[in-house]
Amino acid sequence: MAIFSVYVVNKAGGLIYQLDSYAPRSEAEKTFSYPLDLLLKLHDERVLVAFGQRDGIRVGHAVLAINGIDVNGKYTADGKEMLETDTFKLHCFQTLTGIKFVVLADPRQAGIDSLLRKIYEIYSDYALKNPFYSLEMPIRCELFDQNLKLALEVAEKAGTFGPGS
Amino acid sequence: MSRPAQRRPEYHKINRDLFVLTYGALVAQLCKDYEKDEDVNQYLDKMGYGIGTRLVEDFLARSCVGRCHSYSEIADIIAQVAFKMYLGITPSVTCNNSSRNEFSLILDKNPLVEFVEELPAGRSSLCYCNLLCGIIRGALEMVHLAADVTFLQDRLKGDSVTEIGITFLKKLDEKKYRRKK
Repeated sequence: MAIFSVYVVNKAGGLIYQLDSYAPRSEAEKTFSYPLDLLLKLHDERVLVAFGQRDGIRVGHAVLAINGIDVNGKYTADGKEMLETDTFKLHCFQTLTGIKFVVLADPRQAGIDSLLRKIYEIYSDYALKNPFYSLEMPIRCELFDQNLKLALEVAEKAGTFGPGS
Repeated sequence: MSRPAQRRPEYHKINRDLFVLTYGALVAQLCKDYEKDEDVNQYLDKMGYGIGTRLVEDFLARSCVGRCHSYSEIADIIAQVAFKMYLGITPSVTCNNSSRNEFSLILDKNPLVEFVEELPAGRSSLCYCNLLCGIIRGALEMVHLAADVTFLQDRLKGDSVTEIGITFLKKLDEKKYRRKK
């Protein structure tokens, strides 16, 4: 999965919801000699395999690095707050009411901004409209869990051609 | 991915009359439970407050309004976006004082009182729609604004229009939510 975690933080800074889903990504490192028996093409700022299959590398896989040098350029994010490292990007969206939504994702995952808004909608629906949920308390609503996971799946499918997915 | 203004796919229109009847049943029951009008008004306001604190997130999530820079902007958004979204009406906004912190929403039509003719005898100071005042107060408090929201005029009481007065008192300290280190 290219989205690793979702956290919801209340106004006092307490964590009221946490979802972690680390899954091993399949990456393959191969030594090629010229000519390549894979056809590569540039798609959405990413270099993808368009045709050809070899040793676990299939159509749709992205080229991450050549000779150890990272292929992908800088990503512009129009997220609200963002922290980027080599292995993940942390996006934070703070609402006008002080609730913070934090998403940790693969640096190449796109569409996190709309995912954050979608999570806000899901929170306002399945957590807040539950009459037995008290505000600022940990969220233990099954419908919230289910719909959040569904939204993550949609975001991953729409946002990135990850390796092995 | 749904756009923020779009409703959920499984959204069904619920009959408006059912909502109006439910509200009426609520007020009628409160009138049975409490003798004094002030108590009924107070409980309606309290219930509205609980609704407002939750409704505000739904409103912010779906309407994409940004941070407001003045009280009059807030009053406009309440009237033109929020009332429209939830009740289908657009009250007009007037500013009542020169320091620009007191506003009135003039309600032309009010779906909640569609079937109410007049207040019963002995209930002359009942604010039938006081739930709305509580909702506005709760919603404003969640965005860190303390406000006083009351009915200044009410058609049900014999006035010519229904007028909700919003007095912005102060900005609440956001920092008070930070844990003490």
